[in-house]
Amino acid sequence: MALRLAREGGHPKPKADQSHSPLAIRGLTVSYGEKPAIFSVDMTVEPGAMTAIIGPNGAGKSTLLKAALGVVKPLSGTVTCWGAPLAKMRARIAYMPQRASVDWDFPTRVIDVVLMGMQRELGLLGRVRTSHLERAMSCLSRVGMEGFADRQIGQLSGGQQQRVFLARALAQEADLYLLDEPFAGVDAATEKAIIAVLKDLKAKGKTVVAVHHDLSTVRDYFDRVFLINTHKVAEGPVATTFTEDTLQSAYGGRLANLPKGAVG
Amino acid sequence: MIWEALFLQLGYNATLVTIGAALLGMAAGATGVFLFLGKRALVSDAISHATLPGVGLAFIVMVLLGGDGRSLPGLLFGSALSAGLGLLCVSWLTRATRLSEDAAIGAVLSVFFGFGIVLLTVIQSMTAGRQAGLETFLLGSTAGMLWDDAVIIALGGAAVLALVVLLRRPMAAVAFDPEYIAASGGDVRRIELAMMGLAMAITVVGLKVVGLILIVALLIIPAVAARFWSERVGRVVVIAGALGGASGWIGAGLSATAPNLPTGPIIVLVAFALFLVSLLLAPGRGVLAAALRHRRFQRRVHLRQGLLALAQGQPIYEGLTLRLMRAAGHLRADGVATETGRAQAARALLDERRWHLLRSNPRHEAAAARYDGLTPLERVLTPDQIEELDRELRPEGIT
Repeated sequence: MALRLAREGGHPKPKADQSHSPLAIRGLTVSYGEKPAIFSVDMTVEPGAMTAIIGPNGAGKSTLLKAALGVVKPLSGTVTCWGAPLAKMRARIAYMPQRASVDWDFPTRVIDVVLMGMQRELGLLGRVRTSHLERAMSCLSRVGMEGFADRQIGQLSGGQQQRVFLARALAQEADLYLLDEPFAGVDAATEKAIIAVLKDLKAKGKTVVAVHHDLSTVRDYFDRVFLINTHKVAEGPVATTFTEDTLQSAYGGRLANLPKGAVG
Repeated sequence: MIWEALFLQLGYNATLVTIGAALLGMAAGATGVFLFLGKRALVSDAISHATLPGVGLAFIVMVLLGGDGRSLPGLLFGSALSAGLGLLCVSWLTRATRLSEDAAIGAVLSVFFGFGIVLLTVIQSMTAGRQAGLETFLLGSTAGMLWDDAVIIALGGAAVLALVVLLRRPMAAVAFDPEYIAASGGDVRRIELAMMGLAMAITVVGLKVVGLILIVALLIIPAVAARFWSERVGRVVVIAGALGGASGWIGAGLSATAPNLPTGPIIVLVAFALFLVSLLLAPGRGVLAAALRHRRFQRRVHLRQGLLALAQGQPIYEGLTLRLMRAAGHLRADGVATETGRAQAARALLDERRWHLLRSNPRHEAAAARYDGLTPLERVLTPDQIEELDRELRPEGIT
C-alpha cells in the first residue's frame, strides 16, 4: 500500500534551477501509517534568506523539516543541498528540534549540550579540547546564556532551554539552519535574543528556515514564506506571497483569529 | 568467614570469582546507565530471558557431537545467538507492527523463556543431562566454578567496560536527543545496536554468576542509584560502575561463604541496599535532602508572610508562623513586635512594593521573571536600578 502511494507522489515535476539552493525538495511525500503527513511537496530555499514555514496544526511543517534532514524516511521524493545529495552536505546543515522532544531531566550540563553540536568533528575518540570549550562558550554568549554553562539543563526556564538548543545549532558552524518552532512558548526576552541571532546569521550570508506559528511577526522576522497544508500552498517573498488569499487557502476556515494588520 | 571472602582469602578460585563478579558488576552498572537514560531498561529483560533456549540447544548440540555439554564457552555462544535472535524479534515487532515496545518485550521474553524451560526439561531426561546443572543459569551460582570460567567472566566484563568508555559520548547523545543526532547525520540505529549489543554481552557473560532472571537488576539498579548522586552523565557512569562493582564483589563474596547460596539474588540484594542508601542520603536528589530543602523553603515562606502581615498590621494566626517569628526575634513571647521585627517587616513590605512595581512594568520583564516571593530585589537589581525604581514608587507614597 505504501508503495502505491509512493508512485502516485513521484510523478515528474518541472525542474527549477536548484543547483544553488541550499535546500531543494522535489516530490517529497511522508506518511505515518497510511495518511500522508506531507504529500508531493516541492520547496526551493533561497540562499541567504530567512524563510518561514507556515501552516495550521498538523499541516506537516515539522515533518517537512525532519524528512528534509532524513530523520523521517520519506515514501518518495528527493532532497538536494547545494545541488548535491544531502549525505554529502551534512556538515553544512544545522538543526534545532522542538524543545519538547527531549527529556530535560537528563543528567547533563548546558555546556555539554552545546558540545553535542560538535559531535561530527569530535568523532568517536576525539577529545574535547580547550578550543572546543571556548567555541561552545562563545555560542552560549551569542544567545546570552554564558552565565549558565555549568547548570544542569533541568534548572533552565523554557526560553533558556530554547536558547541552549540554538547555541548547539550555532556550534555546528553551518551554512543552512533548519529550526523547528524556535519561538514556541518562549518569553519576550528569549524571542528578542533568538531573532537577533538569526538576523546576525543572515547578515553573515547564512540561510535560515524556521517553522513559525505567530503570523503577526512574519513580516518583521522573515524574507520569504512557505505555506503548507499537507500539500504545498505557496512559496515566495513575504511581500507578494504572504497574503489574505494564500493564508486563507492554507488555513481554510481556521483563520478566524488572524491578528488585524498582520496581512496587508 | 565473611571477611575472609570479602578480602579474597577463601582460596584461589573464590578469589577469582569475586574479582570476576566485581568486573562484571562494574561493566553492567556502566552499560546500564545508557539503557536507563535512553528509557530502554526493559529491553535487557527480554535479552536475558531469550538466552535460555540458546543454553539448552548448545548443551544438546555439544552432547550430540560427543563433547562435554557443560563447556562454558559453548553454552555462552549458544546463549548469545538466541539472545541476539530475541533482540531482533523485539526490534522487528516494534518497527514493523503497531505493537509498542513493552508489548513486544513481553511477548518475546515469555515465549523464549518458556521454550528454554521446555528444553531444560528435555535435557533432564537425557542420560548425559543428569549432571548438567543448567538450572544454575537461572539464578547464578559460583559453586564449583572453574578457573577457565572465571577468566571468561573477568575478561568479558573488562572488554564491555572498555567499549562503554569508548562509546560513551555517542551513546549519551543518542539517549538524550536521538532526533538531533539523526538530523546531523549520525547513525542512530547503529549506536542503539551497539548499546543493545553491550547489554547482551553483559547478560551472556553474567549468566553463570548472576543468572538470567536477575541480570537485569545488575544493569538497572546501579544506574538508577547512581543517578541520585550526580547531574552529569560521565559521573553517573563512573558511580554506577563503582556501585555495580561493589555489588558484585560483596555479593559474590557473601555467597561463597556457604554452599548452595544462589549468587545472583545475593548480588542483587547488595545492589538494592546501595540503591536504598542513595535514595535516602544522596545530596540534591535524595529523599532526605529534598525533604530538608522543602522544610527550609516552607519556613522562609512563613517568615516572609509573617513579616508582611506585621508590616500591614494584620493579625497572624498560623502557629508555625508565630513560632518562627519568635525564634527569629521578630516577636516577643507575648506576641508584640520587637524593634528588629518592625524594621524587618518594613523592609519586607518595601521589597514587596518594589517587586510589584517591577512586575507591572514590561520594561523590566527579564528581571521580573526571577520573582519567587522570597528573593530580595537587591539580589536581582543593582543599587542604581533600585534607586530608579524607587523614584517611580515615591509619588504614590510608600510611608
